[in-house]
Amino acid sequence: MCLAVPVRVTELLPDQMAKISLDGVSKTVSVALVDELRVGDYVILHVGFALSKIDPEEAERTLSLIREIAGPDS
Amino acid sequence: MKYVDEFRDGELARGVAEALARIVRLDRDYRFMEFCGGHTHAISRYGLEDLLPSNVRMIHGPGCPVCVLPIGRIDAAIRLAKLPKVTLCTYADLMRVPASGGASLMKAKADGADIRMVYSTLDALRVAEAEPDREVVFFAIGFETTTPPTALAVRRAIEKKLDNFSIFCNHVLTPAAMRAILGDRGGVEIDGFVGPSHVSAVIGLRPYGFVAEDFGKPLVVAGFEPLDVMQAIVMLVRQLNEGRCDVENQYGRAVVSEGNKKAQAEMADIFELRETFEWRGLGCVPASALRLRDAYAAFDAERRFAIETPSAKDNPACECGAILRGAKRPHDCKLFGTVCTPETPMGSCMVSSEGACAAQWTYRRFDARAA
Amino acid sequence: MSTIKAYRRKLDLLGRVDLSHGAGGRAMAQLIAEIFHKALDNDWLRRGNDQSVFEVGAGRMAMTTDAFVVSPLFFPGGDIGSLAVHGTVNDIAMSGAQPLYLSASFIIEEGFSLADLARIAESMGAAARETGVPVITGDTKVVERGKADGVFISTAGVGVVPDGLDLSGDKARAGDIVLISGSIGDHGVAIMSKRENLEFDCEIRSDSAALHGLVANMVAAAGASLRLMRDPTRGGLAATLNEIAQQSRVGFRLDDAAIPVKPEVAAACELLGLDPLNVANEGKLVAVAAPEAASAILDAMRAHPLGRDSAIIGTAVEDERRFVQLKSSFGGSRIVDWLAGEQLPRIC
Repeated sequence: MCLAVPVRVTELLPDQMAKISLDGVSKTVSVALVDELRVGDYVILHVGFALSKIDPEEAERTLSLIREIAGPDS
Repeated sequence: MKYVDEFRDGELARGVAEALARIVRLDRDYRFMEFCGGHTHAISRYGLEDLLPSNVRMIHGPGCPVCVLPIGRIDAAIRLAKLPKVTLCTYADLMRVPASGGASLMKAKADGADIRMVYSTLDALRVAEAEPDREVVFFAIGFETTTPPTALAVRRAIEKKLDNFSIFCNHVLTPAAMRAILGDRGGVEIDGFVGPSHVSAVIGLRPYGFVAEDFGKPLVVAGFEPLDVMQAIVMLVRQLNEGRCDVENQYGRAVVSEGNKKAQAEMADIFELRETFEWRGLGCVPASALRLRDAYAAFDAERRFAIETPSAKDNPACECGAILRGAKRPHDCKLFGTVCTPETPMGSCMVSSEGACAAQWTYRRFDARAA
Repeated sequence: MSTIKAYRRKLDLLGRVDLSHGAGGRAMAQLIAEIFHKALDNDWLRRGNDQSVFEVGAGRMAMTTDAFVVSPLFFPGGDIGSLAVHGTVNDIAMSGAQPLYLSASFIIEEGFSLADLARIAESMGAAARETGVPVITGDTKVVERGKADGVFISTAGVGVVPDGLDLSGDKARAGDIVLISGSIGDHGVAIMSKRENLEFDCEIRSDSAALHGLVANMVAAAGASLRLMRDPTRGGLAATLNEIAQQSRVGFRLDDAAIPVKPEVAAACELLGLDPLNVANEGKLVAVAAPEAASAILDAMRAHPLGRDSAIIGTAVEDERRFVQLKSSFGGSRIVDWLAGEQLPRIC
């Protein structure tokens, strides 16, 4: 639940913080809850904390499944 | 916005809606509860109910931490904010929730209480560091998505040796609430759940096992975007048609089955279960909420300021309770749209933008079908 | 014996406004001369009277009043000074009138930085010169510390309405088209990006601008087919369309895909849980016009630098409940409501 947004990690900072960007808007947030982050990774951001890393392959898999359900014309 | 726009594709949505219309059996109804308020909001905002076949009905669940917070706890927060030297930091969602006697945090602020809206617990910590002569209390609410940030705030406060920071803890637990709803004999019949996106990113899939095993209902964890919700509905319909009853994960890009272990560890370290906790609408639910462990008593505002939170009565005509359980719909409440509107909310379902009543009023009150 | 010339030390701009600057004495006169008259300079102000006199032609005049209390005072794309000029000029322009003159009164908090005051006055002066609408009379008051948030500016504006033009919020009719002059939400997001506790970095600048030139083009292209114009300031496009729906007793049906929103504005709103439809604009207008004039008006708007991203976003419909409804890219519909109070960021 809760308002959370996928954002891109643009810089790793000391003290378990990081700079993230969403379409040109950037913010400094905590990444204390997510391990092994690299610049370029996407995370789910909620109230100033990254909660999990987005898996690009899974994202693509989900989209493919949706496209399949939607049918050949979509 | 990557990982957002693709899942808001209107053409794909129409395709999925058509597929759904082909998949549903015509000899039955399908009633699904979307537990999470964020899903309620997405469904209303995108008019998803317009795309569903007429025998598929969405029931809005109580996954809105603002909605389920009992009046007595808001009263307590207002009392805290009025104590000398206290600065109450809160998420903006809580500012307009009606408390006893027509009070609210917004009105208390107008009366002079030092109440500050923050985006993150980190901001509250910053206030505590910058203003050492203020007693900073963070009004913590939320399900398991919002709990780890509170845990980390306590951790940071310890590291920075802050002695003027505490938490007024109202964190609640999703599986316990689901259990209360499923066990409610007087409640509406639910055929399956759309499970919360980001709570699940934290707790994983295992805690939902009882829904399938003990109650025989399927549950599909869905992503946050409208296409995610639609795909989850397709998955639920398929399960019911095939006589299956499993916990499935539609939100694979952000949810793994074991969840976020680090976040779980932080929560387990800082918090423990309350024996029971009063929920607006659900009454007292055992093992459904958290408080700070004794080791962290200094950071627990309830102990620090000896705050009592007696139960306070809701407006008797307010049907928030039944609505939160899915037993009634907003139009069933006599106050809906007359006395109770987002401008003059009587109950919390109308204040929070994802409460069932606010969502219905704000986005869908033209829809007579919902009545 | 030679006369010793009286020497008056210039205002020290490193200093602060104090109560003597509002007391009506020499200190106040010096403040007015060195800060306001210097920045706003024109024939009227040079005459130094409490009122200014101007010729009136025949016909109808439009008058408006406005107050500016924006915080922070300085933001990307403007400040309270330029905003005061643009906002007042726009209110006049929305009637189709040509704006002529402005007045400005300043309520300044004791302790306010003189350098900042000078900066605001300069900005106001530059905006006035650029728009061709001078500030011809003004007033200054200083209040005790804590009684004003830095500085408040209250304005009035007057203009002349062309013959035959009678725009009004109650003139929308079922079948009319709705146009917007560009992207929504820019100003509100620019302001919020500077607010404490919501800090985020972005390149979004306020869209604060004077729209009378754009309006003149629209009136020239299709004045007879225009029903009304309004600038969607506080409360955003949602508030404005709901106001008009009530006044005109119609409903509106909008197309989500047609409403221009800059990606950064959409992103900032996403992060804070806000809807761009509820976010303030200070350099945009909404117009309602007869459908046959749609392309003429749209072309005229797009030909103007402040209207490049203009778009037709919906239509007025019969609706006794006066709902403003938005069709999503999903084909589903929802209501666009005007908010109970100020929009607050949310976590849920």
